Amino acid sequence: MTSSQLLGITTFIYLFATLLFVYFLVFKADRAHHTAVAATVVAFLTQTAGIGLRWYESYDMGIGHAPLTNMYESVVFFSWTIALFYLVMEWKFRIRVLGLFALPFAFLAMAYASFATNISREITPLIPALQSNWLIAHVITCFVGYAAFTVAAGLGLMFFFKIAKPDTPQQGDHSTFVIPAADTIEDLIYKSMLFGFIWLSAGIITGAVWANSAWGTYWSWDPKETWSLITWFIYAITLHSRYTRGWRGKTMAWMAILGLISVIFTYYGVNFFLSGLHSYGSG
Amino acid sequence: MKNNNRVWDFFASVRLAIFTLCALALTSIIGTIIPQNKPGNWYVETYGAATAQFFQILDIPDMYGSWWFLLLLGLLSANLIICSIDRFPAAWRLINADQLAVAADRLRGMSFRENWSSAGPIQQNAAALSTALEKAGWRPTSRETGNGILIFSGKGAWSRLGVYVVHVSILIIFGGAIIGNFLGYKGTVMLPEKNSTDKVFASDTSEPIDLGFEVECDAFTVDFYPNGMPKEYQSVLIVKEQGKEVRRETIEVNKPMTHRGVTFYQSSYQAYQDFLVSIVVEPDRTGKVFTIPYQREMEWPEKQLRFGIVNAEGTGDRATRLKIWLKDGEQPASTFWLDNNQQTSIPSAGRSFTISAKQMYATGLQVAKDPGVWLVYLGCCLMLVGLYIAFFLSHQRIWILLEQEQGGASTNVLCAAASSKNKSGFTRTFTNLTDQLRGR
Ligand code: HEM
Repeated sequence: MTSSQLLGITTFIYLFATLLFVYFLVFKADRAHHTAVAATVVAFLTQTAGIGLRWYESYDMGIGHAPLTNMYESVVFFSWTIALFYLVMEWKFRIRVLGLFALPFAFLAMAYASFATNISREITPLIPALQSNWLIAHVITCFVGYAAFTVAAGLGLMFFFKIAKPDTPQQGDHSTFVIPAADTIEDLIYKSMLFGFIWLSAGIITGAVWANSAWGTYWSWDPKETWSLITWFIYAITLHSRYTRGWRGKTMAWMAILGLISVIFTYYGVNFFLSGLHSYGSG
Repeated sequence: MKNNNRVWDFFASVRLAIFTLCALALTSIIGTIIPQNKPGNWYVETYGAATAQFFQILDIPDMYGSWWFLLLLGLLSANLIICSIDRFPAAWRLINADQLAVAADRLRGMSFRENWSSAGPIQQNAAALSTALEKAGWRPTSRETGNGILIFSGKGAWSRLGVYVVHVSILIIFGGAIIGNFLGYKGTVMLPEKNSTDKVFASDTSEPIDLGFEVECDAFTVDFYPNGMPKEYQSVLIVKEQGKEVRRETIEVNKPMTHRGVTFYQSSYQAYQDFLVSIVVEPDRTGKVFTIPYQREMEWPEKQLRFGIVNAEGTGDRATRLKIWLKDGEQPASTFWLDNNQQTSIPSAGRSFTISAKQMYATGLQVAKDPGVWLVYLGCCLMLVGLYIAFFLSHQRIWILLEQEQGGASTNVLCAAASSKNKSGFTRTFTNLTDQLRGR
């Protein structure tokens, strides 16, 4: 079994788990929820094994390095952090429809990683500039932040779903099928954003420390750095607007979605539309 | 006085902060789309003369250093400073407030509160509740009020400072960046092996900058992956002060060397068509290193030696094997292949030579002096600490007001609480605590 096979299988288990969540919600089938969460856990474990195996394979090839260094590896890791963040939220807040709004992102990331034709899935040696522990810290902190922002955006979608179709209380309806109150969703969006903001800050900082140890400049306004700062500003704006004008509800949900668009542009768009130091990620 | 000042209020407002952050986010996009710091005529060729002139007026080719962008950053700083000065006293008062002076009516209006009645006289209940609070990890203080006893306990008052730590950390980072900008420099230098320099060239203007000491590249080596990609490259640098070696250190990419505040980063290299040949003559053990161009004959007259690199194999501009020609006096010449940077021993009449040869490289160094970087790092650490405090810690306060009930046999207990953040999480804390206090 190779790591790419394991990761390919992971993609399908995420798809299966996502479909189970759809089934759970559409048919209000209580049991399906357990199965969906179990499928997610299986997918997550398979993915963990796949990432670990890829790490091991790189050492076997004599070019050992953590699998966090090109577009393919980072998309896989992104998917992994989304699943992890979702599972922690599921366990902590027990919002049972959350999987439906979070898991598709983990699936889409894996589907892109596994099937896109414009990215390389090879394990390649690292150029000297990328051989740094700060790089690993940088990638991990950024992606934990991105995962939190992804779940925040998923919650944003849930919010719009909720206000478009307010629950009509039905006899015998289990409360677990019902999307939580708009206020609760909003609170979770806010919490995920705070969490993401700390990690994004740490991600920008570790990136700066890495750049400084490799080139002697901690900040050079290259497009990727600048876009990460723009993303950071967007979330800073959201935190402050909420505090001052009590931007609640809709605006928060919109900002969560706008923030994710900026995250994805920072992470993905910059590599393809703009040029700069970080272009290694496009390989 | 302050409150009447509209200018002050403007600069203290969070509205201005939102405006400035939006302006920074939007304008920052420009520099990611229009390439920065290209030569002037590049913009004319790419965008046409009229647009290029418009760009020039707005400093778009160097927008992150333009007057208007710096002005926005200045506005953000002024906003941060004034906002903090404006709000800090109130936060400080809240931290140090005498919480036992709170009016009973305020407690009755708090959103976290529970009321119950407990048997026994007021003193006995107060003692029991204090002990229970202590057991639950709170440190109670109490005071007699007009007609009862008030117990108070607070946690995490200092967490109110988290936001200020975050805001100040941004100013500290700006301070570090400004210091680095004015008192530091960035330069580069290409230093061939065995050469030294006391100057580097500014990255932006190419002006020479005096280092204040001399740095020599003693050796440069580069390893390759099997596929030909460079795996690691390193330089052995020697620092000389007044001609004397004071330091010798190997640097690699991501492992720089700092001497007297100047840091040398391994950034690139260049392969030459020249070779470094080192020869040691046995048995008298005299050795010498020569720099010779490809296919050129060299002479070491004192030893009656002539030699040269007559052929080389390799990929690209990288030599992996060298063919050496060596003639000792009137002996017949010998030619032999040698791997790059390997040594071999060649016997001759009555003596022998230990000879090694390697392709010559120049090491590309980035040189930076940044006396502000430690402030930037300090700011970064403070920011993370501040964010943690601001997001995850809260100021939680609990009051218990005990009043004698009519008749005197039992005590009326009012437990009220407030949390500066995370109300939904505090609900659980409060319910658990009141359950404990009531002995449920
Ligand atoms: C890039 C710049 C800034 C960052 C990263 C930042 C960060 C933060 C953070 C993390 C919080 C806590 C938010 C929360 O707990 O929900 C906060 C609160 C706040 N910020 Fe900023 N801030 C910035 C700029 C500013 C500026 C320029 C002002 C000027 C008015 C400002 C005023 C405030 C105020 C008034 C609060 C609420 C304080 C409180 O809870 O008592 N911020 N800021």
